[in-house]
Amino acid sequence: MANGEGSEPLLDVRDLTTRFFTEEGQVNAVESVDFTVHDGEVFGVVGESGSGKSVTALSLIDLVEPPGEIVAGEVWYRDADLASEMADSHPEAVDGDAVDLQRVPPEVRRSLRGSSMSMIFQDPMSSFNPSITVGEQIAEAVEVQRRASATPRSTRSRTQGFGLGSMLASTIVPTRDYVGDESHDRAIELLGQVGIPDPEARAEEYPHQYSGGMLQRAMVAQALAGEPDLLIADEPTTALDVTIEAQILNLLADLQEELGMAIVLITHDLGVIARTCDRLGVMYAGEIVEHGSLDDVFDSPVHPYTEGLLGSIPDLDDPAPRLDPIEGNVPSLLAEEMDDRCYFADRCPKAMDECLDKPPTFAVDGDGVAEGANAAEADATGADTAGSNRPGDAPRGDATTHTAKCYLADHAFDEARALPEGYFDESAEGETDR
Amino acid sequence: MSERLDGDEAEGEGARPVGSNEPLVTVDGLEKHYYENDSLLDRLLGRDPTAVRAVDGVNFTVERGETLGLVGESGCGKSTTGETLLGLREATAGTVRFDGEPVGELSGDAEKAFRRRAGIVFQDPFSSLDPRQTVGEIIREPIDVHGIDTREERNERVAELLERVGLSAAQRERYPHEFSGGQRQRVGIARALALDPEFIVLDEPVSALDVSVQAQILNLLGDLQAEFDLTYLFIAHDLSVVRHISDRVAVMYLGEIAEIGPVEAIFERPSHPYTEALLESVPRANTAERDRDVEALAGDVPSPRDPPAGCRFHTRCPHAREACREEDPKRFDAGTDHEAACFRAVDDHAYWESAPLDPPEERVQATESDLEEQGERAADGPSA
Repeated sequence: MANGEGSEPLLDVRDLTTRFFTEEGQVNAVESVDFTVHDGEVFGVVGESGSGKSVTALSLIDLVEPPGEIVAGEVWYRDADLASEMADSHPEAVDGDAVDLQRVPPEVRRSLRGSSMSMIFQDPMSSFNPSITVGEQIAEAVEVQRRASATPRSTRSRTQGFGLGSMLASTIVPTRDYVGDESHDRAIELLGQVGIPDPEARAEEYPHQYSGGMLQRAMVAQALAGEPDLLIADEPTTALDVTIEAQILNLLADLQEELGMAIVLITHDLGVIARTCDRLGVMYAGEIVEHGSLDDVFDSPVHPYTEGLLGSIPDLDDPAPRLDPIEGNVPSLLAEEMDDRCYFADRCPKAMDECLDKPPTFAVDGDGVAEGANAAEADATGADTAGSNRPGDAPRGDATTHTAKCYLADHAFDEARALPEGYFDESAEGETDR
Repeated sequence: MSERLDGDEAEGEGARPVGSNEPLVTVDGLEKHYYENDSLLDRLLGRDPTAVRAVDGVNFTVERGETLGLVGESGCGKSTTGETLLGLREATAGTVRFDGEPVGELSGDAEKAFRRRAGIVFQDPFSSLDPRQTVGEIIREPIDVHGIDTREERNERVAELLERVGLSAAQRERYPHEFSGGQRQRVGIARALALDPEFIVLDEPVSALDVSVQAQILNLLGDLQAEFDLTYLFIAHDLSVVRHISDRVAVMYLGEIAEIGPVEAIFERPSHPYTEALLESVPRANTAERDRDVEALAGDVPSPRDPPAGCRFHTRCPHAREACREEDPKRFDAGTDHEAACFRAVDDHAYWESAPLDPPEERVQATESDLEEQGERAADGPSA
């Protein structure tokens, strides 16, 4: 890349599409999602249940299991070492320091898990093995990373040097255990780092002896075992009480400052987004419908869905007498039930006839459509995209641009072209709920 | 619709006392303890049963036509309070009076009449509807049980209820799995309305729903309250939802009410440090949130098996002093209709003279080293 490393995104996701081929039919869980994550920033993905935000996270780290499949898209990850390793065997997947993880073999993707990207999940209780102590489980993660980093990537595997014989021997001779003392010590250190009091004693305990908040801390410790550059947090505080949520969010912010990781934070809670994120994408029906900096999206939203979401939350400090909800329900993502239109049009208060054609992604600029959009930021992005030589340079979620998949980003709402009320009631029989 | 409901009322067990100043529900010293190690074997072995003090002495009233919000973290006993108050669980101690009548002593016709006047909507719209009944049957069931009207009139009533909660009467033959979460919660609300109650316990009615759908249901609940003169006990953990819907709010912590008062007083001028901490912790959905320095409450909620002595919140309280360890604060006046179970509400209390405890982080270090012993340690004295 011509640009300096600093301006290159750590992660550049382009046109990512993940589908599930179920008995009921094809489910378009994630559709042409683009976004970038830069070093040390927090990128938020917000949406309602079924909007595809968790599948997006799983797709990044290649954990989508059948019947799901990543059918298209590129996930460019910046890693100079990996790029030089891959340059000979997979030249098409390398662009400067960045590597397209979708075009390298699965073993290479797997080798990045834990050491480059790791993930924390929503429900800490079901993410730990109940029959192994928490310390042992974290030590195991440390051990995997230690063994993996000691050997060249091509031959890396999680059980490196620990075959069936060693496993059988370990049942008799304790010194032949997979996990070494060093890893145990490191596990205790990690537990201390995430704020678990008396980590040495707590490491010997089982998951059921932990409270939900403590277990979520332990899961963060486990995710940090490989010192990742990118942490994917999927609803990390949703299962927690509000006082514990505040602790975990503070912990993530502290760790991020200390370790300089980038975080992709997935949540349905706009408050959590506002607390933690630099930039965000709003997902609806598998697409990122609006994307921009926190200020852009929260203070000058363009997409009626974003506006609707923001209007649906009761304000704690300044309650309104009545909420302004989005009518209707989250749509089904079954391909056969999805028309080729703006997926939000049937719930949208500002649907126009052109919304029956799928809107492209528009850059929201300062020409009066979205008041307050930052023109200076848009310019900076222009320069950024110009330096890129990757395919497909349509307006996309690069750097700090504010974009929306909505015609309202291009021109204002025109009453004369509005769809008549109840337009979708006849065409969609199953959506009679208002 | 309202005409029909009035008709029902006239046929009911008696006219509602109109214009009475008595609270509709009075809860006095309500306790609900669950016992562990209480099997026959445990008794033969001479083990003492352990009490889990889910609700431990709760007093409050619900005035006619108001919404009382009951808010707290998981495990604080708010749902148990709601269920015990309706007599769905047997109270360990204390009384609940509904319109002057003690609920625990009702039987026969009086109990049946009470069941018509008080209903409940549950949290989980997926497990609270029978998957093998159509929604029409689900909504009609309470009317059937109480034997009200003829079959045709009941069916007509079901259609009205469906329309009123924003579904269509044509959907009555469908099964719950054919509906989305928000629509199912509408069915649950229609079922609770079927008997034309005066009082409804709403147990986390929106916490399983997406925000856009949650807002629809909150608006619907508000409309129904105005239309049918309903009194709500609204149980929730989400403070912004509680602020939105409530007239008065009670904050629960470990089976007790920490603070109770009018909604503005609780949210604008909280008197209990726990209420303050809750409000501090909620992430606000606005751009100023990023720069707000959040002082998170230290530690976890202690176990209700062996709650801390003195003030139950003293193990996590940033303002705790010696006095808080020794004495359980009563509810003190903190303004008009506003009470807080904290010595700090009293200007000349001995609390102000007693020695401050270590900061909660250090206290937590000492008490949390073993979760099992946490309660005991806290009771003995939190600092190691």
